[in-house]
Amino acid sequence: MLVGFSLLCRPSLAAAHLVTSGMGPVYDGIGHLLLTPEDLVPVLALALYAGLRGAVTGRRAMFLLPLAWFVGGIAGSALNIVPAFPISAISFLVLGVLIAADLCMPATAVTALAIVLGLVHGFLNGAVMKDGTGTLGLVGIMTILFVLVTLASAFVVSLKRPWARVVVRVAGSWIAATGMLMFGWAMR
Amino acid sequence: MTDIKTYLEIQPSSISENHYSPFAPSYLFSSANPPECGKRGRGGAWGRYFNIEFHLFIFISVISIFAFYPSSAFAHIKGGEVIGIISGLQHPISGLDHVLAMIAVGLWGAQLGAPAVWLLPVTFPMVMAFGGLLGLMGVNLPGIEIGIAVSAIFLGFAVFREARLKLGLAAVLVGFFAIFHGYAHGAELPPGGNGLLYSIGFVVMTGCLHATGIALGLVHQWSAGRAALRAAGACVSLAGVFFLWRALV
Repeated sequence: MLVGFSLLCRPSLAAAHLVTSGMGPVYDGIGHLLLTPEDLVPVLALALYAGLRGAVTGRRAMFLLPLAWFVGGIAGSALNIVPAFPISAISFLVLGVLIAADLCMPATAVTALAIVLGLVHGFLNGAVMKDGTGTLGLVGIMTILFVLVTLASAFVVSLKRPWARVVVRVAGSWIAATGMLMFGWAMR
Repeated sequence: MTDIKTYLEIQPSSISENHYSPFAPSYLFSSANPPECGKRGRGGAWGRYFNIEFHLFIFISVISIFAFYPSSAFAHIKGGEVIGIISGLQHPISGLDHVLAMIAVGLWGAQLGAPAVWLLPVTFPMVMAFGGLLGLMGVNLPGIEIGIAVSAIFLGFAVFREARLKLGLAAVLVGFFAIFHGYAHGAELPPGGNGLLYSIGFVVMTGCLHATGIALGLVHQWSAGRAALRAAGACVSLAGVFFLWRALV
């Protein structure tokens, strides 16, 4: 056992730089999502709504959203079509209204919403990132999506006090309001 | 203490306190379920949502925002452009008429109590954003400044009289005035950079102004506080008269 432990502690090459390790695009993908409010806010909004609907929808969202995003990203990088209308504004508006109104949708419908969101935004990401980070970037996005959706939806599920749900609903109204203004910007 | 509880409508928690970390993903794998759709848990159709902790949280958050807001360490701000979240945060507080009306919405909501105290801040940003949408699209809406001044007069008077309107009517009136405020913000926007970040900052600051009004409404539980709120409402209303005069002249 001591010998095995010693072998495990044997030092190998310290590939400290992402250029040599090849992991740079993964972190680029992580950074892309965190630095792109058009993608980040709808993801958090979906996580909040899934959390409001309970642990079952939260569990489904945390697995299905990243997978759908990856599939959408692959499709987007293959097709290279960028839609002209403001998709992010629609995401903001729909998810914001759902949160603000605390609408009771069945778990299946929320799951479908998560899949559609992942496919659409993933498609947009794939079209943008195909000449840059490529598939590894999508892997990074998947990773951070899983983490964000897990944390956000678990946080909402854990809320005990009724006023805490009200705070989440207020956040939803802010997201919906932002979406409406985004429409205005797009039409200006 | 009974009066405070009645006002704050403190309800004991009906869920056992297991003291899990709020960030533990284990909550997703627990048996916790949301309230059944159509039922709002304890406290009737709307529920009783607020307690002293909520008010303290709002108060501390709002004070922290204003206390830690940096005044001069903005190295790359250009004048006259929409440069993102900072200009969005600044725009709602750029006019006293807007500020007074937003705070008056929070004050009136606090006076009305639950559910108006959270329903108005939930609906106001969305309706105001609709007004902003109209302004951005260039839709012609006459009498904007008059509408804003009248909103200050009405909301201030409602706070002064502690007006107890039906919830739906109060929401409709607040929404009506919100369109004017939103339109003014939308129409006044100069061209510039990131509209999304600007929108986020704009909406967040408007929400903070409402939260300030709600936090100030905390004093409603004391008789001196109620008098102070009524005096504040009268001042807002008088300021609205001044704004109306300035808009008409």
